[in-house]
Amino acid sequence: MSRTLLLVGTRKGAFVLDGGRDRSSWSVSEPMCEGWPIHDLQWDAATGSIYAGGGSAWYGAAVFRSDDLGKTWNHSSEGMTYGDDGPKIPTVWNVTPANGSIFAGVEPAGLFRSDDGGATWQHVSGLRDHPSRPGWQPGAGGLICHTIVPHPTDDAKMFVAISAVGTFATEDGGATWEARNNGVVDCNSPDPHPETGQCVHKLVMAAGEPDSLYQQNHCGVYRSADSGKSWTDISAGLSSEFGFSMRAHPRDPASAWVIPMSHPEEGRMAPGGALAVWRTSDRGDTWQRHGDGLPQEHAYVGVLREAMAVDPNDSVGVYFGTSTGQLYGSIDEGRTWRTVADNLPPIWGVEAVVLD
Amino acid sequence: MVTVVLPRSLVAIIPTAPRRCEIAATTVADAIDRLDELAPGIRNRLVDAGPVIREHINVYVDHEPATLSTPLRADSTVHVIPAVSGG
Repeated sequence: MSRTLLLVGTRKGAFVLDGGRDRSSWSVSEPMCEGWPIHDLQWDAATGSIYAGGGSAWYGAAVFRSDDLGKTWNHSSEGMTYGDDGPKIPTVWNVTPANGSIFAGVEPAGLFRSDDGGATWQHVSGLRDHPSRPGWQPGAGGLICHTIVPHPTDDAKMFVAISAVGTFATEDGGATWEARNNGVVDCNSPDPHPETGQCVHKLVMAAGEPDSLYQQNHCGVYRSADSGKSWTDISAGLSSEFGFSMRAHPRDPASAWVIPMSHPEEGRMAPGGALAVWRTSDRGDTWQRHGDGLPQEHAYVGVLREAMAVDPNDSVGVYFGTSTGQLYGSIDEGRTWRTVADNLPPIWGVEAVVLD
Repeated sequence: MVTVVLPRSLVAIIPTAPRRCEIAATTVADAIDRLDELAPGIRNRLVDAGPVIREHINVYVDHEPATLSTPLRADSTVHVIPAVSGG
């Protein structure tokens, strides 16, 4: 019988929650990573390690690693630099294990790779060598490489998402990158269809279909069937085209979840104070609202880009954390919801792990 | 020997780092390099691109604000103190 864990990154440290076998009640750990602001935690199934990426206002950016489910941690940022003449790196926004390596997306936007389990890092300089880079502009969260989507079988292929720049793809192991934003509107520009400048908030890959992608953007929700070479707006039917988080179903390529937020100039919180997760089961043609068990009035909360997770159990668990420290969970694929934890620090990242 | 005093929050993330130690060094940069030999990783936590001492880390030599190039006497005391910031 399996055991489900939630890895939670917050403004004041990382937490591990244990839902046991049935996910009916959750134990909450003490704060980890010495209270460092942690944007993202990921599980490396190949090694059984947890990686946590973040940055301290005092001590800079680093990736923490635990090999014992969070009991002890070490950290490193050795090599995580643009050089003494380059910009300073205040924080890590994403850490993603892939094909034996660990990748880290940082601010200002760039990608680093570790081939020794996070002990040392090398700059994947091809991304910042993209000719559009002089024009890259920050979003409200900064100029950040916040999403890394590796190809499941081809080490040479990877997608990254940068705010407020767009989606990029490499097919040569990171040496060169191509902008993949055709069809995505930049609603904050007099030119609605630039090569880059689209503020992608989260990029996910459909289960078992490496060419099928979804994204929650500042200006809508989109799908692509051709590795991001063209995108189709699938926002119709949602309560808001704006949001940060998105997750794909672990087995059904047609299913994904988003959490719409109010218009970016109207607070960026649960629309009308009613919190809901929306699911599509037909690749975004239609959406279903699910708020059963979630607060439906006066819930003026935000949910940030990394703060939703799904687990791969037979009845998929869906979880999300708020910017005010509530953590909600569903064990029926998002239909009904319960409070998993409350009174945590502002939640920035949630990841679900199932241990055999 | 130069006496170095490190903050609890730094020692907490680098288990081999001492709260207080004595080393031979002629500048603050030299002292940080020696500390990094004793406890690998300290330099990255204290020094940013430039190189400069990180913006929210204060280093004092004999109670005076210091930079990486500040010289040390044989009997100097170096205090590393996180800035008053947070929330």
